Amino acid sequence: MTTDTTAAARSASASRAPSAVDHPLSMAEVAAVIARDIPAGAFVNLGIGRPTRIADHLPEELGVVLHTENGMLGMGPKAEGARIDPDLTNAGKVPVTELPGAAYFHHADSFAMMRGGHLDVCVLGAYQVSERGDLANWHTGEPGDIPAVGGAMDLAIGAKDVYVMMTLFTKSGAPKLVRQCTYPLTGIGCVSRVYTEVATFDLLPQGVHVRETYGITLDELRSRLDVELH
Amino acid sequence: MSRAAVLESTDEAVAGIEDGSTVLVGGFGLAGMPFDLIDALIRQGAKDLTIVSNNAGNGDVGLAALLAAGRVRKVVCSFPRQVDSYVFDALYREGKIELEVVPQGNLAERMRAAGAGIGAFYCPTAVGTPLAEGKEVRTIDGRDYLLEYPIKGDYALISAYRSDPMGNLVYRKTARNFGPVMATAATTTVVQVDEVVPLGGLDPEAVVTPSIYVDRVVPVETRHYTVQGAR
Repeated sequence: MTTDTTAAARSASASRAPSAVDHPLSMAEVAAVIARDIPAGAFVNLGIGRPTRIADHLPEELGVVLHTENGMLGMGPKAEGARIDPDLTNAGKVPVTELPGAAYFHHADSFAMMRGGHLDVCVLGAYQVSERGDLANWHTGEPGDIPAVGGAMDLAIGAKDVYVMMTLFTKSGAPKLVRQCTYPLTGIGCVSRVYTEVATFDLLPQGVHVRETYGITLDELRSRLDVELH
Repeated sequence: MSRAAVLESTDEAVAGIEDGSTVLVGGFGLAGMPFDLIDALIRQGAKDLTIVSNNAGNGDVGLAALLAAGRVRKVVCSFPRQVDSYVFDALYREGKIELEVVPQGNLAERMRAAGAGIGAFYCPTAVGTPLAEGKEVRTIDGRDYLLEYPIKGDYALISAYRSDPMGNLVYRKTARNFGPVMATAATTTVVQVDEVVPLGGLDPEAVVTPSIYVDRVVPVETRHYTVQGAR
């Protein structure tokens, strides 16, 4: 990472950000992009909701082991029909299956392996992420919204790498990668990478680095975000 | 701790739970939820209870039924709001129930601490968040931690797969969840099991909860519910 921050240098650096495809990605395609970046043999937790879909793009030969915080390593795909077992669910309480080599453990062990830095990657959804890697994904803070944190705060500070999978803009067009989160925080300085439908960002100590773009120019990204992009 | 009693009825199993007790209730959603013990607790009638559990009830069964019966003053949990938590949601919005939200790992570890005789511990979870309010912060080796206190129960109501007559327990798949931790953290631990096997019928190497943590065991007819999809 260069320390030269002149506009010209930024521009030169910007032009090198690879443009992977010429159209914005569907969330299924975002899931595939994330899956591509997960190292072989990694222990991975996929958060409730969209990140769950990443599992569909992890080939068996990659040997990725999925952790679910309700007490299992080696989680298999969603259970259907006769394979549904009420004693075997994922963190979203959806019936799942077990793979050969699976292991069960109680909740304190499950969160100890998370908090203790044994998980390689965790992928979470988010309302907002700040340029310094602060995460807001548990509570809108609006009156009448019942707060529910689940394992989000433990996951945010636990895994070696915390990736966020989200749309870059709200339905009304407001950016979700921001200078400072306005939603209640889940964790501080914990997110290392953000995957969205138009770009993937690395959150580095030096600032936000655009890793890839999908159907958007860097100038357009800059005009729609209030964070400095490197 | 005297040896566990294997009882014939769930009514005997929940006898003595007083008004105002703190009751740890096992289960993650409906997996591992001690439905029969909760039904017995509803018949028993104890009220003003503080319930510690991961969720705040699903559908109309188990914990949700206890809430609907008006027996619960306060819920300490990590994730009350789910697609099927309408019983809790209504009570909460009417101001009829207190809620303390605790991060899931802290909920487990605070009970583990209670069961293990730990006075308090420093934990990095929730640093810098609204759930850190009022908690002591300590910097250790350059990282910030929050001081967390144990959560102890007067009673634990949990579900396990099999017991032997001593009260040694094994669980089944992800229905294990909070059971082994809650078993250690309560003055009186009550367990409903699918089956009590003869002495020697459990492999000692595979016992998950040793009998020393268990006070009352009651076999029940296996009963399962599946609710698809929390959010």
